[in-house]
Amino acid sequence: MPFGNTHNKLKMNYSAEQEYPDLSKHNNHMAKVLTPEMYANLRDKETPSGFTLDDVIQTGVDNPGHPFIMTVGCVAGDEETYEVFKELMDPVIEDRHGGYKPTDKHKTDLNSENLQGGDDLDPNYVLSSRVRTGRSIRGFCLPPHCSRGERRAIENLSIESLDALDGDLKGKYYALKNMTEEEQQQLIDDHFLFDKPVSPLLLASGMARDWPDGRGIWHNNNKTFLVWVNEEDHLRVISMQKGGNMREVFTRFCTGLTKIEGLFKEQGHEFMWNEHLGYVLTCPSNLGTGLRAGVHVKLPNLSKHEKFGEILKRLRLQKRGTGGVDTAAVGGVFDISNADRLGFSEVELVQMVVDGVNLLVDMEKRLEAGEGIDDMMPEQK
Amino acid sequence: MASSFSRILSSKRNIGILSLVGGSVTAGFLLHRDHVSAEHVRRRYPASAEFPDLRKHNNCMASNLTPAIYAKLCDKATPNGYTLDMAIQTGVDNPGHPFIKTVGMVAGDEESYEVFADLLDPVIKERHNGYDPKTMKHPTDLDSSKIQSGQFDERYVLSSRVRTGRSIRGLSLPPACTRAERREVERVVVDALSGLKDDLVGKYYSLTQMTEKEQQQLIDDHFLFDKPVSPLLTCAGMARDWPDARGIWHNNEKTFLIWINEEDHTRVISMEKGGNMKRVFDRFCRGLKEVERLIQERGWEFMWNERLGYILTCPSNLGTGLRAGVHVKLPLLSKDPRFSKILDNLRLQKRGTGGVDTAAVGGVFDISNLDRLGQSEVQLVQTVIDGVNYLIECEKRLERGQDIKVPAPIKQFK
Repeated sequence: MPFGNTHNKLKMNYSAEQEYPDLSKHNNHMAKVLTPEMYANLRDKETPSGFTLDDVIQTGVDNPGHPFIMTVGCVAGDEETYEVFKELMDPVIEDRHGGYKPTDKHKTDLNSENLQGGDDLDPNYVLSSRVRTGRSIRGFCLPPHCSRGERRAIENLSIESLDALDGDLKGKYYALKNMTEEEQQQLIDDHFLFDKPVSPLLLASGMARDWPDGRGIWHNNNKTFLVWVNEEDHLRVISMQKGGNMREVFTRFCTGLTKIEGLFKEQGHEFMWNEHLGYVLTCPSNLGTGLRAGVHVKLPNLSKHEKFGEILKRLRLQKRGTGGVDTAAVGGVFDISNADRLGFSEVELVQMVVDGVNLLVDMEKRLEAGEGIDDMMPEQK
Repeated sequence: MASSFSRILSSKRNIGILSLVGGSVTAGFLLHRDHVSAEHVRRRYPASAEFPDLRKHNNCMASNLTPAIYAKLCDKATPNGYTLDMAIQTGVDNPGHPFIKTVGMVAGDEESYEVFADLLDPVIKERHNGYDPKTMKHPTDLDSSKIQSGQFDERYVLSSRVRTGRSIRGLSLPPACTRAERREVERVVVDALSGLKDDLVGKYYSLTQMTEKEQQQLIDDHFLFDKPVSPLLTCAGMARDWPDARGIWHNNEKTFLIWINEEDHTRVISMEKGGNMKRVFDRFCRGLKEVERLIQERGWEFMWNERLGYILTCPSNLGTGLRAGVHVKLPLLSKDPRFSKILDNLRLQKRGTGGVDTAAVGGVFDISNLDRLGQSEVQLVQTVIDGVNYLIECEKRLERGQDIKVPAPIKQFK
C-alpha cells in the first residue's frame, strides 16, 4: 500500500507462494527478474520508513507492459529502497542500464566547461534545446510513499531555496492549488504546466495521491530555467531555450543546479546521491544523471531512411514525438535525446547529443541534396 | 448471524495472525475489541501538518473530518494495519462534484467501522439520512414471502433486478486485501457456489482464464464487469493486481449472478426480463441464504452486525446493500415537472439504463430504492414495488389525459 506500511504484517499470515503475483502475462523489467524465491526472500523486509516489496512492485503488477516497450515495473519509496531491495533492484538496473553492475561506479560531472562545442547546432534544423534532470532531497520519502506532511515540507524547502536565486535565475513559484486562471493559462502557453499524471504506470505507484497538494512550478523570469516540485520526483530541473545553443542551455543547467544544491545545503539538506547509483530518483530508469538532453530537430528525409533507427542506436540516442514520451512526430520534427542515464557523466551525455545531432543534421543536408549517407555511418558508441 | 469475531478467529484462522500484530495488543483486542495503536505508523510530522486540504472538497468525509477527529484517529490502525489515511485517500484525491455528494471514504476491513467510528458514524448518518449507528439497529429480513403484488405491468416494466453485496468475515476488503486474501475470497466463494442446486446450478468464469468466446458471451449477456476506471474506486486501491482473483459466476439460466472481488468481496444479482419482481426477489433471497449456508458449512460467515447490517466496502452500501430496480417506460411522466418530487417522496431514484451516471434512452428509466440502511430488504423491495406501481398508474393517467398527484412522502425509518 502506498504510504501505509503497517499492512505488511498481514501478508505474513500467508505463504510467499500464496502472495506471489501472477506475472505470466507481464513484460517489464521487474517481472523478468522477480522469481518466487526472490519474492520469498524479500517480502518480509521493509525500509526504515516502512516501504515494502509489494509497494515497490505494485506498479509493475498492475501494468503488465507492452510487447514492444519494456517498462521498469518498480519504483523506490525512499533512498533505502535501493539497498534493502538490492536483490531485485540490482538486476533491474543492470538490465535497464546496459549491463551496469552492482560494483560499478558512476561519474558525476556538472562542469559545463568540459563540453566541447555545442553552441552552434544549426538553427535551420534545430528548433529548440533542452536539458532536464531530477533531484531528491535526502531524508524524505519519495513521491510513491511520502505523506502529505513530508510533501509539504519538501515544497516549503524548495520554495525557500529557489526564492534565493538571483541574476538571470531570479524567478517565482506557482503552487498548483493556488494558481489563478490567468497564471494557469500563461503556464500552459509557455508549455510549462504539468498535469496530474494520468498514466497508469504512475498512478499505480501512488505518486498522484493528494493532488494537487504540495505541487507547483517555479520558473525564472526569463523562462529558461524551470523546476517542477513534487510531480514524479521531488524536483525536476529543466533548462531550455529556442534554437540550437545547447552549450548555453547546459551551462545554465549546471550553474542553476549547483546553486540550488548550495542553497539546500545552507538549510541543512543535501541531495540523494551515492558513488554507485549517482543521483537517486523515484524510477530506476532515471538513476545516475537522471539527465535527458534533447532537441526538437527537423529530419523529414533522414527519418524516412531505412537506417534511421540503426543510426540512432549507434549514436546512443532515442527519438520521441514533440509531445514528449509516447507521442508521434509531427511534420518531420523529432525530439532526439540521449538514451542513457547511468554510467556516463552529464558532460559525456550532452556531448553525445551535441555530436550526434550535428551528424544527423549533416546527414539530413546530404539527403536533401540528393546524395547518399553510407559513408557517414557512425561506429557504435 | 452475528457471531463474535473472536470465535471466527479461533476456529478458522491461524492464531499466528494475532501474535504477529503484537502480543499484548492482540490480547487487548480479543478482550475488549478496542482500537489498537499501530506499532509502525511512521509519523514525523504532527497531525496538523498532515491534515488534508479539504477546502475545495464536497464529499461526506470532507464535511465531517475535523482537525480534531483527524488528530485523534491518525495514529490508529485496525488489527490488520489499515489506517485513517488509507480510508480517506479516495476522498482526498476526489474532491467531488458541486451537485453530487460522494462518500469520500472506504473501509479496509470490518474493524474499520469500529476503529474509525468517530468519523464513519457521522458520515453514515449524513449519507443515510439521519441513521445513527450509535443508537439505532438495522433490521435484516430476507423472507420474500412477505412481498405483496410483485408482478408489474409488462407493457411498462421491461426488466427487474435486485442486487446486494456480501463480505466474508475475517478477510480484508478490496481496498486493503493482499493478493493471498483476495485469492482466498475467490476460493471460498467459488467453492460454496459449486454446491448450489436446481435452478441455481452454474459456472465460474475467472477473469484471468476466460477464453475469448466466454468473454464475448458474457459481454453480450451484459454480465461482464471491467477493471474499474472511476478514480473514486482506483484511488481507494480496489483495482490493485487486476485481474488476479476476479471473476463472474452465473447460473445456467442466467438469472442469478455473482461478481467476485470487484468493488466488494461479492456482489449478488438476481435479474430477469419482464416485471416479475416477486420471483426475482424470491430467487435473490433463496440464493443468498443457500450461499450463506454453504459457506457456513465450511466455517466461514458474512460480515454483519446489529448496528450496520451487512458490512461492505463503501459506507453507502451498508445495511442491506440492496438496490432493487426496474427498467420502466415512463415517457410522459418523465417529462412532467413533478417527476423528481414524486420520486423523492416515494424514496426512489432514477438512473439511465446504463446504470449510475448514465442518461435515460427512449423514455426508459432505471428506477430503484434510494435507501440502503435502516430498513429491511423486504421493506425496501416493497417500497420499490409500491412506488413503481404508482409511477405506472401516473403514466397511464397521463396517457388518458388525466391529472396526477404527488404522493405524500413515505416515512423513512419504519
